[in-house]
Amino acid sequence: MKQEQGYKKFGMVIDLDKCTGCGACMVACMAENNVPFKQDETDKRLSITWMRVYKLTNGKPYPDTDICYLPRPCQHCEGHDGHSPCVSVCPATATDYDMATGIVSQIYTRCFGCRYCMAACPYHARYFNWWDPVWPDGMEKSLNPNVSVRTRGVVEKCSFCYHRYQLAREKAFVEERRDIEEGEYQTACTQACPSAAITFGDLNDPSHAVYELKKNPNAFRLLERLGTNTKIYYVSSREWVRRSGDNYLKHEPTGKVH
Amino acid sequence: MKIDRRSFLSFVIGGAAGTALTPLPWKLTDDLSIWSQNWPWTPVPEGGEVTYVNSTCTLCPGGCGITVRKVEERVVKIEGMAGHPVNDGGICPLGLAGPQLLYGPYRVRTPLKRVGQRGQHQWAPISWEAALDEVTGKLTELRTKNEPQGLACITGDGRGTVYHLLARFLTAYGTPNLISAASAADTQGQALGRLTGIEGPVGHDLENSTYVLSFGAGLLEGWGTPARVFKANSARVDHGGKLIQVEARLSNTAAKADKWLPITPGSEADLALGLAAVIVSESLYKTDLIDDQNNGWDAFKAMLAETYNPEKVSGRTGLDKSIIVALAREFAKAEKPLAVCGRGRGQTPGSLAEALAVASLNALVGSIGRAGGLWTVAPETDTGWPEVETDAVATTAMAKGRIDGAAAQSPDRLHRFAPAVIEAKPYPLQMLLVVEANPYYGLADSQSVKTAWEKIPYIVSMSSFMDETAQNADLVLPLHTYLERYEDVAGSAGFTRPYIGLVRPAAKPQCDSLHPGDVILKLAKALGDSVAAAFAWDDYDTCLEETLGDKWQVLKEQGYWVDENFQPPGSDGAFKTASGRLDFAAVAAKNEPVALQGEEGAFPLVLIPYDSMRLAGNAIESPPFLAKTVENTVLKGHESFVEINPKTAQKLGVGEGARAELATPRGKAVVRVHLYDGIRPDVVAIARNLGHTGNGQYKFLAGKGVNANTLIAPVEDPVSGLDAAWGIRAKISRI
Repeated sequence: MKQEQGYKKFGMVIDLDKCTGCGACMVACMAENNVPFKQDETDKRLSITWMRVYKLTNGKPYPDTDICYLPRPCQHCEGHDGHSPCVSVCPATATDYDMATGIVSQIYTRCFGCRYCMAACPYHARYFNWWDPVWPDGMEKSLNPNVSVRTRGVVEKCSFCYHRYQLAREKAFVEERRDIEEGEYQTACTQACPSAAITFGDLNDPSHAVYELKKNPNAFRLLERLGTNTKIYYVSSREWVRRSGDNYLKHEPTGKVH
Repeated sequence: MKIDRRSFLSFVIGGAAGTALTPLPWKLTDDLSIWSQNWPWTPVPEGGEVTYVNSTCTLCPGGCGITVRKVEERVVKIEGMAGHPVNDGGICPLGLAGPQLLYGPYRVRTPLKRVGQRGQHQWAPISWEAALDEVTGKLTELRTKNEPQGLACITGDGRGTVYHLLARFLTAYGTPNLISAASAADTQGQALGRLTGIEGPVGHDLENSTYVLSFGAGLLEGWGTPARVFKANSARVDHGGKLIQVEARLSNTAAKADKWLPITPGSEADLALGLAAVIVSESLYKTDLIDDQNNGWDAFKAMLAETYNPEKVSGRTGLDKSIIVALAREFAKAEKPLAVCGRGRGQTPGSLAEALAVASLNALVGSIGRAGGLWTVAPETDTGWPEVETDAVATTAMAKGRIDGAAAQSPDRLHRFAPAVIEAKPYPLQMLLVVEANPYYGLADSQSVKTAWEKIPYIVSMSSFMDETAQNADLVLPLHTYLERYEDVAGSAGFTRPYIGLVRPAAKPQCDSLHPGDVILKLAKALGDSVAAAFAWDDYDTCLEETLGDKWQVLKEQGYWVDENFQPPGSDGAFKTASGRLDFAAVAAKNEPVALQGEEGAFPLVLIPYDSMRLAGNAIESPPFLAKTVENTVLKGHESFVEINPKTAQKLGVGEGARAELATPRGKAVVRVHLYDGIRPDVVAIARNLGHTGNGQYKFLAGKGVNANTLIAPVEDPVSGLDAAWGIRAKISRI
């Protein structure tokens, strides 16, 4: 199925010059999406964080050292014609590429926990529930009814806060509008970022801010040469940061491939 | 029928093939997965009507506006309030995790009386009536003995009507010992006040500054009001403004800065005055605001020329002379330069000499009282309440002086609390009341705090959470959290205009708790006589409404009040000094920065505790969501990491992840090593706000890592009398 004109393609442009690594996006995501927590979260392989902020370093010794933070939600790969790495391997059609929005979905009730998608994802954006989530007495009160609570044995990941899109569309429908405004659908991390480093919108719509921002000569995507065709663009004025976005050989220049 | 090998195999293989062809195994697997995903203990959040409550966050001194999302009666999310003058929609990770504080299992559910030993966490739940009776009994006993000064009160917030009620209560009762924690904001206020003659909290106009020179201020580590400072930083990136960070460690602020200058730690004041020397000698300063006719200015100039010429400063800071000269010129010639200080988040007051040196830089380039600069924002301290009429007992006791030795108008000296209690000077402490503070964990030099604790016969903690102080008290009185009560937040840290934020209840009280204001009013009533007479209100909410007067309507409607007509003092070029111009006499006086504790021979390294946005400070313990964001190079399992330079590690023979002993003159701890290139080879850094021990059985953060306060100790600044310690000498050894 080819993506037809008029369809949306939601994505982000994250300005790494502004990101301070404060972690507000991570917490906003956890609170919005009922992400569970355990008493020990320091083993990061077992710590579910749909949005994770990575710390990059240029590897140079003191005093030429530099660090940069890189927030990593699900990259919502389009591949070519919606063949994202995870979607093409899921035996249960629990994850799918939505041609109308460009969002890679995750349907928990379909997932039977084979974790094939986790192996296929080059971004470690998918997490498996090894245990049933536990909310200490009373803490279940802060759960958001718009997002279903997961159980043991399923894979979960960032959904671009799809429930917010649904709510925005319902509102537009009730108000007899055909379409939603840019500001009506924003992900929780975008809304929370105190540095306004994240911009979210329709990459296909010239009236949305991301449309122009993604054209920045300093913009890059992660592991672009894999052909994953992701929808998260990063912007950094530092060459070493752009270079860490892919596995470049020493003689290879940084830059766009496609 | 005979079953031979052939028919047996046919049966098994045929059966297997047949089963595989039927939908049965797939149907069963599917059923099993659906069944196992519907365990009755997996919560299904109920839907309902969604409403929003605009309120103010009190988890740090920032006072950001928040919008609380509710589904029916449940609080499900906290977001930044759009259009708010302080944070305009922005919010920090701690603020976002607020609902976990409201509903957390670490809340104190009912008044608790200690039954076991102190600190053993054995409690008997009692009624509010019994709890207040007990406190009243103890308070009356002290007054009967004519020793009300034997009561001290430590409070977390020194602003707002709750603080004023507490102060009024203690005055009427007869004790001068109301102590709140001083911070870098107090030191900055004092420093600027000495130049301008106007004392008070300082507002920094970061939004309009084009060149920010930061002397270790953790602008992106929680300094001032994080959500506001972060926004200003992004605006700077957009407009091409500059940020220069002077710091021994490549912090997040240093990483985002245009230039990182890792100078010798402790030489910040030298560098600031070194820059001033260049600015003065090259006549790059703005003359219109400076009082250059008095002795102070001449003395200042002489001091700069003699002690702070670039050669000497280069030697002390380790910076090249050419860098110092270039930096001074760049700063002085910038359109709207601003120099800031207050290390890390600014939780400790710091050295006055350093703050004065930085303030004088601002004075030289004309940034005081001007857009993009800094100025004093006098807080609203007048409550309009009638003067307290004290009885003879109270009047006599009030004259006996404070245990922390602070004078009437100077900031409190909480760091003196533990030594004063241990030495029982000027008089023994008989009762401690802690209101929404956690000194047992948060005061530096934990060992002496522990000793002091043992000397206090009776301790009451008023707290929403079972923190270390509550756990080591004799009586715990549970309070409403900020999401369950009304309150005013008077001022936002570092904000440029007078501001009041209104805290509004978003949820019904979840526990058998009370408002701190109501507890004070109830205690006052129970004490009777002159104490009861000092309070005309029946409950806190009435008191708040009356006190705020005509601002109440505005606050109720929009959630905040900002003085729109505020003119920065000095913006008209007139200050409150003798000449009306900036007076440099205080800077020219001998202000030596305080030395680090410990001897260099035995402790070759310098330990610097650092702040992070991912760990809550002050009295708040990081809620689970926030703790989840802590990197595994800061905390792993139950162990804290220290950052050291790979070169230093090589010399010590420790590698990444190795366990080592970190020793300072005040304590020891076993830590793990994280090699970090972004730190000076003579420095070792440890994260603050780990190593909590409170919260009973809920170990989301408790029991994890090392409390930096066990390793450091206060060093008093000789001029300001506040704690100026920013680190301590240390040693790392292999184990």
